[in-house]
Amino acid sequence: MTKRSLTIMQLYPRDMNIYGDHGNLLTLKRRAQWHGYNVEIVEYNPGDSFPDHVDIVIGGGGQDSGQDKIQKDLQKIGPKLIKLAEADAPMLVICGLYQLFGKFFKTQDGHVIPGISLLDVETIAGPERLIGNIVTSSEQFGDIIGYENHSGQTFLGKNVEPLGTVTRGAGNNGQDDFEGARHRNVIGSYLHGSLLPKNPSIADWMIEQAATKRYGDFTPKPINDQFANRAREYAAKRPR
Amino acid sequence: MVKPYSVLMGKAVRYVARLRGGGSALPGLFVEKIDKSFVKDTLAQLPHGVVLVSGTNGKTTTTKMVVELLESQGLRVFTNRTGSNFVRGVAAALLGEVNALGKLNADIAVLELDEAHAVHFVDRIPPKHSLLLNVMRDQLDRFGEIDTTARMLEHIAKATTGTVVINREDPRLAKLGATLKNVSYFGLDANLLATFPNDDELHGSDAPKAKQPHADVVLQSIDDNATFIIDGQPVSTSLQLKGVYNIFNAAAALALTRTVVGTQLDQEKLIKGLSAVTPAFGRGEQLVVDGQPCELVLVKNPSGFRLSLHSFNPKDHATMIVINDNYADGRDMSWLWDVDFASLKHAGVSEVSGVRAYDMALRLQYDEVAVSHVDTDITRSLKNFLAAQNGKPKRIYCTYTAMLALRRELGKITSVQEIS
Repeated sequence: MTKRSLTIMQLYPRDMNIYGDHGNLLTLKRRAQWHGYNVEIVEYNPGDSFPDHVDIVIGGGGQDSGQDKIQKDLQKIGPKLIKLAEADAPMLVICGLYQLFGKFFKTQDGHVIPGISLLDVETIAGPERLIGNIVTSSEQFGDIIGYENHSGQTFLGKNVEPLGTVTRGAGNNGQDDFEGARHRNVIGSYLHGSLLPKNPSIADWMIEQAATKRYGDFTPKPINDQFANRAREYAAKRPR
Repeated sequence: MVKPYSVLMGKAVRYVARLRGGGSALPGLFVEKIDKSFVKDTLAQLPHGVVLVSGTNGKTTTTKMVVELLESQGLRVFTNRTGSNFVRGVAAALLGEVNALGKLNADIAVLELDEAHAVHFVDRIPPKHSLLLNVMRDQLDRFGEIDTTARMLEHIAKATTGTVVINREDPRLAKLGATLKNVSYFGLDANLLATFPNDDELHGSDAPKAKQPHADVVLQSIDDNATFIIDGQPVSTSLQLKGVYNIFNAAAALALTRTVVGTQLDQEKLIKGLSAVTPAFGRGEQLVVDGQPCELVLVKNPSGFRLSLHSFNPKDHATMIVINDNYADGRDMSWLWDVDFASLKHAGVSEVSGVRAYDMALRLQYDEVAVSHVDTDITRSLKNFLAAQNGKPKRIYCTYTAMLALRRELGKITSVQEIS
């Protein structure tokens, strides 16, 4: 039997890779390998041809200037990403791409940057950055631990669920106690840290969804998460 | 005119603060309070004015180099040696140097200033020349974005009355340089560019480089000697500084010194001065512990950590990594994920410590680097490291507050230069 394989598509690594989002890709890659899969990584930058087959999509945050650069290309591939999402491909988008997967981002001066409306969320530039250690709680994933750093305030529409409820920190907008958004197998979030290394249950869930969709089943292998568990304990105790 | 009472009262506070074992900032804060123009008036006496060094990485070592290079040319230099790079740190350093009449015995001031503080400083005291080293990801949780930091450096450049010396290889700074009238560049030969990936090139950027301006000083090669192209002529010298990034900063210091001294420059003395420069504390500083060398390498951000790993061969060294997340270190641990630790895979890491030891151990796990021992308590962890690796040369990578803690502990067992 040939070894099973998973293809991870990384959106815009050149322009949208700030705050250690590389850690999410590395975590998916290693854990999939540790679970016994070959991993192929497709780096997608503006103007590249969209890959024929993708199992997992992942994307990060960027500088304002980076977001300008990918804006047009994202609109172009938006329908393809929506088709993948509706076919239950697992995706994780952080910060800048979380905002642009939504309906729009309204800047401080009232300028509206359109998103691709894959997620039913809207983002409005806030007066101050929401920065610091954050802990949220999710029924499915337990405590989700990370670090937030964003000025956009995101509000959820009725077609999405929050990823977690804030127990410590600001979350999507500092007002409604929600953090992140979920639609089918797509997760949007503001959490850096990076998110997946310290929250391996989310990484494993994404791998499980992708593997089951492609091969019909998934049998996890044991992974030593002792360091992740201790890192979570310390992160949860640190000052904001 | 400097008001004499400010000097006397400031000196008195400085004396008392020292008796109490306090930091360098308090007397500076005090003199700033009672005499707002103290720093400005004092620096205004200098015939060669004020030179400012800023950027994310390498400020302390580069400032030290510039000071020693200017001294090689016979200039008397005032500097904020303590690394307290806030305005009040400058005020405190001035208090220590002026005489009772407020007279500063110097020809020129070379000041290292944190980007955010430099912005306010230049509004009050426009520098004659400034040196802008780089804009890297650092303390994003404090400044927000790299582009914000770049705008701070632009502010400094625009306030500079003479020449701005700029790193040609930094895309954001090169863009800024193109808008300036008086600008001088330092740069890298094409063969070294791959050694210095900037943050934009971190994850697969291969965007074509624009045509580059001429650089006054270019670092051409590093082997046993470093070779610079100065004004079109190759010059080779041995160096006491270690680490490729320090040697690139030497190109920066050379370019700035050439700008300051101009046609009067004595190149032979300049190069001799450069070869004698030793690293600043905690920047590749060598201590001796139990008869073995123990190097402290300060790591503050992904690019600095990457370059350090690139500069120091892990072979034959026991490695310890100490990561804190206090305000001065940066609270967000994301940056560790932008550093590639694969070079440590073969030798492994003996000891991981600091408040965020487990974040670091986790990071190493994902690069499949073996970790022998983890302990968040720095005192205990250092003891374990020294005992377990007895008889081996050691290297400790550490964040800023971790370095201060390590130096304190190491000071109990070996001679460690005191930072005043």
